[in-house]
Amino acid sequence: MVALPFARSMPGDRSARAAMLFWVLLAALGLTALLSVGTGASGVSVPQVLGDLWAGQPISTRDRVVLLDIRLPRLAMGVLIGAALAVSGAVMQGLFRNPLADPGIVGVGAGAGLGAVFAIVLGGLLPASVAAVAGNHLVSLAAFLGGWASTLLLYRVATRRGQTSVATMLLAGIALGALAGAVTGILVYLADDRQLRDLTFWGMGSLAGASWAKLLTAAPLILPALALAPLLARGLNGLALGEAAAGHIGLPVQRIKLLAILAVAAATGASVAVAGGIGFIGIVVPHLLRLASGPDHRWLLPNAALLGAILLVLADIIARLVVAPAELPIGIVTATLGAPVFLWILLRRRGMMDL
Amino acid sequence: MLTATTLTVTLSHTTILHGVNFTARPGALTAIVGPNGSGKTTLLRAVTGEIPSTGPVTLNGHDIRRAKAWELAAIRAVLPQATPLAFPFTVVEVVRLGLASGIDAARHGIAAQALARCGLQGYEGRLYQELSGGQQQRVQLARVLAQVWQPVAQGHPRWLFLDEPVSSLDIGHQLLVMQIARDFADAGGGVVAVMHDLNLTAMFADSVALIAEGRVLGQGTPAAVLTDGLLTQAYRCRVRVNTPPAAGTWLLPHAASLAAE
Ligand SMILES: Nc1ncnc2c1ncn2[C@@H]1O[C@H](COP(=O)(O)OP(=O)(O)O)[C@@H](O)[C@H]1O
Ligand SMILES: [Mg+2]
Repeated sequence: MVALPFARSMPGDRSARAAMLFWVLLAALGLTALLSVGTGASGVSVPQVLGDLWAGQPISTRDRVVLLDIRLPRLAMGVLIGAALAVSGAVMQGLFRNPLADPGIVGVGAGAGLGAVFAIVLGGLLPASVAAVAGNHLVSLAAFLGGWASTLLLYRVATRRGQTSVATMLLAGIALGALAGAVTGILVYLADDRQLRDLTFWGMGSLAGASWAKLLTAAPLILPALALAPLLARGLNGLALGEAAAGHIGLPVQRIKLLAILAVAAATGASVAVAGGIGFIGIVVPHLLRLASGPDHRWLLPNAALLGAILLVLADIIARLVVAPAELPIGIVTATLGAPVFLWILLRRRGMMDL
Repeated sequence: MLTATTLTVTLSHTTILHGVNFTARPGALTAIVGPNGSGKTTLLRAVTGEIPSTGPVTLNGHDIRRAKAWELAAIRAVLPQATPLAFPFTVVEVVRLGLASGIDAARHGIAAQALARCGLQGYEGRLYQELSGGQQQRVQLARVLAQVWQPVAQGHPRWLFLDEPVSSLDIGHQLLVMQIARDFADAGGGVVAVMHDLNLTAMFADSVALIAEGRVLGQGTPAAVLTDGLLTQAYRCRVRVNTPPAAGTWLLPHAASLAAE
């Protein structure tokens, strides 16, 4: 039989399914965004505001402030950080060739957090000229450096001859997290009252403080990291065969590893800097997507960005509704829902892996 | 042409290959044989540019240490001794990993043809991790074959480097895989294969390099290298080579030889 020129649906080819999933997720993100903008303590009705706008009537200042200065930046931050967490999880798993690698679990989040605390407590010691240049970005930048150093360290420790041992990775992650925690403790001990207040606000890990200004400090790190993802996709696919085989099929392995580490550090660092530690998005999202449409990173990475954004925005809605008019820290919501899924992944893998 | 001259490999402060000379020519199947730990895999990894080494190594006239990864990938494919796979890819997705650029109709075709060639038609949609060891080994061979599907491209030979390609296969599939390698060579490509089975080597190889303790004891035709003396020296057990009338060289392990030591 002659091969059809567009033999799209060969058995085992899941790219059509992954592409369909992309459009479904995009639509779902749109709906979630509407839901998020329409939910909140003040009873602003989005349909009514839109109706007023359509009819050419002015909207009240209160409605404008609630929508434009509170809910929209909060939505934008949820989307950006959800995407960053899920994509950095997927990239890290691809780099470590392991579905359990997650910046939050293996200590990279803790390293980024340490960087942020460093900046808050010791930022005042910087020469005025440096502080002026870094400005509002100082905490993000320090979190990025902390994330980068810990990812690099972890990769060095856990990877031998191109193979990563799960056990070493998780144990090294525990050690790294504990070390970061200890140094953070010392810094907190050294902090003065004003710094302690900053630390407390930072550590609450929520989207509650979202503002356009905060978004501006995170976006310059997160957007380039997300933009790197498509460049990394083929490389991460190749790395699934191991570093040696990835080189044999023509991939620039060292460059891919470097870019992957930079992307993980930038995305994790920025999200930790503005929203504190939000766990499990990075591990649950890629895992669900691999089950649904396979591990091909050319689809996994964009789909993870979308699903990560959807889940974090939904978690934020839950965080705002459960104890309204107060709010739960969003990290509690993602951990409550995500930790059981993580355990389920562990149970499923127990039989077949070297854990 | 593949030539390695005075090739020396030192890993973790241990010298593993001591100035060996090794050549392989296109159109031929060149086997590397020797006892466990003698340096066969190390030789293969050095001539494919995977690990650092000293002494000139050229493939089709290119210095392999100067060539870029993608340049080498266009002229040679490598089947490692074992290939762990990290995520649940399907069989056809694994084969496509070896294809250099985007997915088009022709490449769809190559993946399917390579799988069929390795006796795996109908397995395209199966998950790689759920296959048996021997089936996985053939999927990896299909991936490697797909990478250099045409044995000769633009007048230049392409190369297959295979590390123990038949080690976990039954005799039927051993013959199938050796025949694939043979056909690739007969079509003008070059094949370098690390082999354990000396009979298959004698049957299929044009040239054999015998390695022991990081040194090449000899390279030449199977008849010249697979001799009682050299094999006994290399493997440290008594080996008797028999040549039945009109059937080339064949060997049998001799239980008695161990007792005779
Ligand atoms: N990365 C390494 N570091 C140190 N020694 C190694 C390394 N790789 C292989 N060796 C040693 O080199 C010798 C040859 O190994 P190898 O080439 O894999 O043997 P084989 O002939 O069985 O394929 C063995 O003694 C092995 O222990
Ligand atoms: Mg070997």
